[in-house]
Amino acid sequence: MHENPRNMTQGQFSFLPPLTDDQIKAQIAYAIKKGFALSVEYTDDPHPRNTYWEMWCQPMFDTKDPAAVMLEVNECRKTWGANHYIKVQAFDNSRWRESVAMSFIVNRPKHEPGLALARTEGPGRTMQYRVHSYATDKPRGERYK
Amino acid sequence: MTAEAAEKLPEFFDLDGEFARSNVQEVLDKLDRELVGLAPVKQRIREIAALLLVDKARRTLGLETEPPTLHMSFTGNPGTGKTTVALRMAEILKNLGYIRQGHMVSVTRDDLVGQYIGHTAPKTREVIKKAMGGVLFIDEAYYLYKPENERDYGQEAIEILLQVMENNRDDLVVILAGYANRMEIFFQSNPGFRSRIAHHIDFPDYSEGELLNIAKLMVEKQQYKLTSEAEKVLKDYIPRRMRQPHFANARSVRNAIDRAKLRQANRLFGSKNRTKLTKADLTTIEAEDLLQSRVFNAVNPDK
Ligand SMILES: Nc1ncnc2c1ncn2[C@@H]1O[C@H](COP(=O)(O)OP(=O)(O)OP(=O)(O)O)[C@@H](O)[C@H]1O
Ligand SMILES: [Mg+2]
Repeated sequence: MHENPRNMTQGQFSFLPPLTDDQIKAQIAYAIKKGFALSVEYTDDPHPRNTYWEMWCQPMFDTKDPAAVMLEVNECRKTWGANHYIKVQAFDNSRWRESVAMSFIVNRPKHEPGLALARTEGPGRTMQYRVHSYATDKPRGERYK
Repeated sequence: MTAEAAEKLPEFFDLDGEFARSNVQEVLDKLDRELVGLAPVKQRIREIAALLLVDKARRTLGLETEPPTLHMSFTGNPGTGKTTVALRMAEILKNLGYIRQGHMVSVTRDDLVGQYIGHTAPKTREVIKKAMGGVLFIDEAYYLYKPENERDYGQEAIEILLQVMENNRDDLVVILAGYANRMEIFFQSNPGFRSRIAHHIDFPDYSEGELLNIAKLMVEKQQYKLTSEAEKVLKDYIPRRMRQPHFANARSVRNAIDRAKLRQANRLFGSKNRTKLTKADLTTIEAEDLLQSRVFNAVNPDK
């Protein structure tokens, strides 16, 4: 049986233990080899449908080495790491694909209170579900403290 | 190191084998073939290659090694081959496994320093990111430092560079280049740079004979030929050009050849047999193609 973690899950690998820096570098090296443009984004709104996060830096189109992306990941961790999620995204700009090809979390806040599931009964005993993150009860910037 | 790990270390290191595998000899040979003269520079490059190989050997046999500092400074007058050698250096370091990608990003102050507050750091970082895994070549590095203006944004670029040169030694090799005397002043006022640079390589000016050989090499590489008359003129041309202002060693030679090609093309257009040009016509540079140069105009050589 798989036990749902309280941690936010989004993108690749998010059910696994956090990736080590070497594992992150290996993923980035793969993305560079494929010619994807890499970007670093962060947020403190963990809702599963929140896919547009804040951009940390310009997307990196012409970096040749994973160390360059790690530089930005580490800078972003220094600024936002204590109470934000950070992810690395790889965009495939090749014709017909033109979309995000990889996305994985590289930083989590120290403590993740998790998500609540709220049920609302509708007409004819229909049920509506709502996912709500405890963190967003507080305003932005004051979450995960 | 644990006892277990120590047991697994090999007893021997095959320096010859490792050298052969690295293909460094090929790069050094190419350097010898394509670059005339520069004996002290080539010697230093051989020494650095040897040092890096021995360092690798020591590491393999479990001896104490510090990760070698590879940042360098190339000093010399314009056109002495600094940029060209830096490109080769990137190749050598890649072959020896000291940089991962082997490319070179060449920049000057304008690529690193911004126009307004908050512009410089992202600009410098952008350049550093592009160069990661390879060589960052900073031409005329001393323009980064402008002591007459205490709010100069160059200082910010310098600080970021110093940090990266220290913390990302495995990710990036920085080569600073410029004229010797100005670099010396730059290092005096920026001891942080000096202490992070392991190899100072000086590029001497070329002699007359070397410049002639460089010219011949360039002509041959571009599939042109000099008539024996033209070669005599070229021999006469070089010392005259050396005495002129703005002489830039091999670059001046390259420019002279480019202009000779231009005049040759012009001559061919004016020639009677222009409807049936042969390969020989297209490849031959005549004395007159060189003689029209302003250096032969004794009355007003600067015209
Ligand atoms: N020893 C040499 N043999 C053959 N060609 C050379 C040699 N040195 C330089 N050249 C040629 O001369 C030109 C100028 O060289 P390069 O750009 O490397 O000089 P530089 O020292 O970087 O000059 P600057 O300081 O002005 O940037 C290039 O086209 C290069 O190929
Ligand atoms: Mg140059």
